[in-house]
Amino acid sequence: MEILVILVPLALMLGGAGLAGFLWSLRSGQYDDLDGAAWRAIADDEPPQEAPAKR
Amino acid sequence: MQVTRDFSHYVRAAGEGLQHIDLAVEGVHCAGCMAKIERGLSAIPDVTLARVNLTDRRVALEWKQGTLDPARFIDRLAELGYKAYPFETESAEAAEVAESRFLLRCLGVAAFATMNVMMLSIPVWSGNVSDMLPEQRDFFHWLSALIALPAASYAGQPFFRSAWRALSNKTTNMDVPISIGVCLALGMSVVETIHHAEHAYFDAAIMLLTFLLVGRFLDQNMRRRTRAVAGNLAALKAETAAKFVGPDEISQVPVAAIHPGDIVLLRPGERCAVDGTVIEGRSEIDQSLITGETLYVTADHGTPVYAGSMNISGTLRVRVSAASEATLLAEITRLLDNALQARSRYMRLADRASRLYAPVVHATALITILGWVALGASWHDAIVTGVAVLIITCPCALGLAIPTVQTVTSGAMFKAGVLLNSGDAIERLAEADHVIFDKTGTLTLPDLEVMNAADIPADMFELAGRLALSSHHPVAAAVAQAAGARSPIVGAVEEAGQGVRATVDGVEIRLGRPSYCGAEGLVGLTDDLDPEASIVAFCKGSAKVILSVRQGLRPDAHAVIVALKARNIGIEILSGDREAAVKAAAQALAIPEWRAGVTPADKIARIEELKQRGAKVLMVGDGMNDAPSLAAAHVSMSPISAAHLSQATADLVFLGRPLAPVVAAIDSARKALHLMRQNLWLAILYNVLAVPVAISGVVTPLIAAAAMSGSSILVMLNSLRARSASRESR
Repeated sequence: MEILVILVPLALMLGGAGLAGFLWSLRSGQYDDLDGAAWRAIADDEPPQEAPAKR
Repeated sequence: MQVTRDFSHYVRAAGEGLQHIDLAVEGVHCAGCMAKIERGLSAIPDVTLARVNLTDRRVALEWKQGTLDPARFIDRLAELGYKAYPFETESAEAAEVAESRFLLRCLGVAAFATMNVMMLSIPVWSGNVSDMLPEQRDFFHWLSALIALPAASYAGQPFFRSAWRALSNKTTNMDVPISIGVCLALGMSVVETIHHAEHAYFDAAIMLLTFLLVGRFLDQNMRRRTRAVAGNLAALKAETAAKFVGPDEISQVPVAAIHPGDIVLLRPGERCAVDGTVIEGRSEIDQSLITGETLYVTADHGTPVYAGSMNISGTLRVRVSAASEATLLAEITRLLDNALQARSRYMRLADRASRLYAPVVHATALITILGWVALGASWHDAIVTGVAVLIITCPCALGLAIPTVQTVTSGAMFKAGVLLNSGDAIERLAEADHVIFDKTGTLTLPDLEVMNAADIPADMFELAGRLALSSHHPVAAAVAQAAGARSPIVGAVEEAGQGVRATVDGVEIRLGRPSYCGAEGLVGLTDDLDPEASIVAFCKGSAKVILSVRQGLRPDAHAVIVALKARNIGIEILSGDREAAVKAAAQALAIPEWRAGVTPADKIARIEELKQRGAKVLMVGDGMNDAPSLAAAHVSMSPISAAHLSQATADLVFLGRPLAPVVAAIDSARKALHLMRQNLWLAILYNVLAVPVAISGVVTPLIAAAAMSGSSILVMLNSLRARSASRESR
């Protein structure tokens, strides 16, 4: 049962990390546009703007 | 005179030499629109940020300070095919957004704590029946307390605050039993843990908060979303006024940037966006949005004009007395205040439920304690059992019963073109059994139509339409639109108050008053048919026609009246307009009960009379004169074209030309109320089953947790039926 001393704090730390991640994502406005975010994931990439210069 | 568009009012400094503006955009529906707009705007040099928010239908733009004029973005979006207008966040919407975020933070904390406490509780539950050492159980209980106590004190804030507010006003609400239940459960669990007892309820208390926060968040999100849409619609009306910035120079500025004392120019065909007094010029104005009266009023020096009036014939200079929001006629303001006070007495279904609920539950808990003591149990065991009763009856399902249905229903209504202004409007709308319609702008469309277009030879009509493009008169604009005219006739001359004339292929054509076209003889033939119409004449050489222009009925008005009658709802018309005009509309729609020439006070009196008889009145109106009666009625609706004040007062706002949303809203509301009641019964049924178990003292934390989540999920699933029902009916 000594393993609890490691496992319980580990579980709490993982949970805490999840909570911190959630609060950070909330603060940085990632829940402001849920509809848009769903589409952005499958949108095409921007065409390279200065394509001739790169060649 | 030079006219410029000035949007500087909406531009904010974003730091680091950047400027920021938010635009509301119409017609953004998909990823394609989003990419098109973002690319189109980013292509403008010096634009550093162009980001579409698809949920709120807005675009945020940033650019290097002093390099670009915001008007250019609006023009660019117009080229791309989107109507856009700068947007200013109202304080009400900002508050909703902040509240929404706070609830989501609370929900995040509560969900985190629930998961971790559960992780610790499940070993305890299984250990209690096998081989767990008491020391290990205590250790797990203390860990649970360490997580649950801070989390509950943070995530419980919305409930504790609301309960405290209710108690300090000497009333109760649903949050009072919730707060008591949570605090007692946590307190008892700490005491039990100290005494090395077998059961602790940290998991139940924190899970309860999580479920309730879900309901609270859904409710809040619905309100936030409605506010955002309403804000966009207000912005897209693009209300501007031509303000004098020099003796001869005017600038087209947004209404929000106009202050009392400014002087604005009101040209023919423009709708006034401010309240003020005429200081120069002479014209006829259409005040139908304010009084319901469709006859024009003459305005000259000293005449007060109100936001919403349409200027018809001449140009006016107006000194602003109040900007758009702060209006109005003292009489209407006074009536409105009285009516709003009366309305706040309505008690929501949830509050009525909680008023019954709290005393019953607390009495049951007390009786349980006393009963066990009387039967010889120790005080400690009796109190533990009493608290278990409170935990198991904590209104988890009850707290979800109403917001979940409201959220689903408001989504269904939104799709049918109806916006909710207040959360309890659904309950009140479902009870409505008598509808009062205003005529002007509600049963009829706010814009003018040519009624006898079919009788006019097509070539004449087309020519009349092209000629009409050269005039600013609203009637001419209606003719031009009805004829689908695009290219104006070159060299057309407008004679103020008379009409327009031009010469085509050597023949003179005229459009205007019948006398201007020499067509008085024709007027007698049609005038008696349509008392409400404005008559204009068109002549080409010696050929003459009469056009009858008026506000047409909404295309589906008749079908809606039939549908309402089929639902056994009483219908009547109360209008401030003339008798002849109201009578014509009532006959066309087969509505036997109608009153004309009604003042705002009369409308309220009629509503009160119906209330006395026990009728629940739904008032549908758009004018400023309707605002007090909208507030006095049991529930009210406005079209989106309504005056500011009416729209702000109405419980629901419907979009578009058809009247059908009125019926759709009533149907969804009735379905929703049915489901809310069903949910409340489900919650009560759950309590009836669970309470005897709790009273008997055999409840373990495992049973409490299972019962609580089971009933909550059942209620949520039942609420989702509001969605499928609305789909069937469409």
